[in-house]
Amino acid sequence: MASLELKRVVKRYATTTVIHGVDLTVRDGEFVVFVGPSGCGKSTLLRMISGLESVTEGDLWLDGRRVNDVSAAQRGLAMVFQSYALYPHMTVYQNMAFGLENIRTPRSQIDTKVNDAARLLRLEALLGRRPTQLSGGQRQRVAIGRAIVREPTIFLFDEPLSNLDAELRVQMRTEITALHQRLKTTMIYVTHDQVEAMTMADKIVVLNAGRVEQIGAPLDLYNAPRNKFVAGFIGSPRMNFLSVRVTGVGPDGVGVMTDANSPRAAATIPVRGESGLVGQAAVLGIRPEHIHLRRAEPDELALTVMIELLEQLGSTSFLYCVLPSGEKLTVQLAGQIDKEAGEQIEVCFATIDAHLFANTESEPAFERLKTPAVHVAA
Amino acid sequence: MVDLVRMLAGTRGHRRLDWTDWLSYAYLLLGLVLMFGPVLWLVLSSFKSAAALNEFPPRLLPYGQASVTVPGHPGPLPLFRVKLPDGSTRQLAELRRIGIQATMIDPERPEEEFKVNIRDRERVRAFHLALENYTEIFGKFAFGRFLWNSVFITVVATLITLLFNAMAAFALSKYRFEGQKWVFLLIISTLMIPPTIILVPNFLVVSKLSLLNSLWGVIWPAVATPTGVFLLRQYMLTIPDELIDAARMDHASEWRIFWRIVLPLSAPALAVLAIFSVIWRWNDFLWPLVVLSRTENFTLQLALNSFQGELTTQWNYLLAMTVLTLFPVTIVFAFLQRYITAGIASAGVK
Repeated sequence: MASLELKRVVKRYATTTVIHGVDLTVRDGEFVVFVGPSGCGKSTLLRMISGLESVTEGDLWLDGRRVNDVSAAQRGLAMVFQSYALYPHMTVYQNMAFGLENIRTPRSQIDTKVNDAARLLRLEALLGRRPTQLSGGQRQRVAIGRAIVREPTIFLFDEPLSNLDAELRVQMRTEITALHQRLKTTMIYVTHDQVEAMTMADKIVVLNAGRVEQIGAPLDLYNAPRNKFVAGFIGSPRMNFLSVRVTGVGPDGVGVMTDANSPRAAATIPVRGESGLVGQAAVLGIRPEHIHLRRAEPDELALTVMIELLEQLGSTSFLYCVLPSGEKLTVQLAGQIDKEAGEQIEVCFATIDAHLFANTESEPAFERLKTPAVHVAA
Repeated sequence: MVDLVRMLAGTRGHRRLDWTDWLSYAYLLLGLVLMFGPVLWLVLSSFKSAAALNEFPPRLLPYGQASVTVPGHPGPLPLFRVKLPDGSTRQLAELRRIGIQATMIDPERPEEEFKVNIRDRERVRAFHLALENYTEIFGKFAFGRFLWNSVFITVVATLITLLFNAMAAFALSKYRFEGQKWVFLLIISTLMIPPTIILVPNFLVVSKLSLLNSLWGVIWPAVATPTGVFLLRQYMLTIPDELIDAARMDHASEWRIFWRIVLPLSAPALAVLAIFSVIWRWNDFLWPLVVLSRTENFTLQLALNSFQGELTTQWNYLLAMTVLTLFPVTIVFAFLQRYITAGIASAGVK
């Protein structure tokens, strides 16, 4: 068990900078998930923590010790790789015992530890097999077992579930979460799947192009994304973005006008703004589940849209709509509906649920004046 | 066995032989005769006695002079088919011969002697394997010594070759360092230098190191082969880097990664290189000839060469030695070839 601290960590290959000064603190026992699109540097950051990649600038502190120049083998961390990276010429037992042999653990102790880990991961029957004789899920469990036996201070997972099929992925996800609750070891998990991030993490680190966009608990990121990138990345289906023009700034919010020529296309969003913004373009964000088809309340914004596609899942319905301006809008409704594709409908949402962002991805969002009541499921 | 027959009797899909079948069988047969004929000839000849080898026209199978043991005479007597003056033909055994006159007896009735002109008789031949060719070379010459020298050089040089080349290949394939490409190109470019060109410089180096007339003088210059480095490097590039990263996370030292992960996984490539190396070292002639000048250090190849006298050559012994020289290489190849195919097959499936 250990805490980890990254201070202005930079990674540079020749002329290209991949990680631009990342600051991060991981507390003991935390489950931290690095999430971001492909190529955002999340795997590089993990490899830097593991010691497999060097740190160009900045400091890496492990339990109060600067470990920039400590080799991967000496840091006492364990890593689970995307391709499992099991040694193909060794049996499952030998795979799990290899690390212990390297630190000269006595035979009897190796035996106990490997068998304990095998029991924990239900691998007892497979100990004599080779990795090629195992299924994907079993291989993944062996890879995790190999990490567990050495009792590392931190577990590092590099997209461990991306090679598994959907069903197995859900199953392994819960297994890893359960493992974390049982071992209470610090875990750092890299994924590009925001569902994995939301379901597993104590703390999510959203990365984009080598920079940290936001760090926080999953629901904090969901409810209060710091910028348009985080808002678009966290949440499924994705948050809707509508381009708007700022019409006025007042004490109770920023007045905006959508491009759509709908009956109530203008509204005041309760966020803090400066008067210089008037006339500038901004982006209004609204989550699909905050939109409804009921009649508009006084403080709501209403838009006329056309249904392009309809998905009815029974418990939930998704409406993929298009505005007259060509912008897309996804609506998520509980239950089933009696609409059809091609129909013109009016959709509404409360201004308090809306977010207002600057026109660029990483500029901070406008600060909200009121916190909307979270829709707590009964 | 059934598969073998089916393979050997395969046709182009039809029951009857197509003309292309005839063509391919003819071509394969020609290849078989060309490739295997000389070897077969060598092996059969090695079982012939010195006399049978000098015979003209030559025979394919080893035949020797038939002989009989006649009571009252020490040792077996050679048998001849003799045309007697009365016109009859009989098998007689030769007692002695003076000039063109031979004194012969009938093995059935040893008391009666015949005087026969040697032009009237013909040898009786019987199938006979001259195994003494093989047994006598061990006693007559230091064959065991030569064999040991050859085996020692081949085995030790191959082991060192595998180790050194694998280490170089590991560094070139799995480490990123300044000038990596140049080092690799430098190693590969030495492939273009023919060994005869560097024979003299090599000799000078070996001589300065006082390795002349030592088996190590043959071994050391041969162990660093660019071909081996290239072959192993290309193979090691296919080993995923993640495996090595995983081993690093498993506290393995670089040496341990090499020994426990990279070497076992390169086994198919190592087998190929081992075959090459064994064949190279075993068949090597020029370099041992230059380095080794004392007879007790000779390898088999040198011994074979020195065995060919200026005036006479004891062909029966030379041929037997040649067969024995060929034998180990053939065994190694036959044995490790299965390894190669298995390696290629498993790599292909992945």
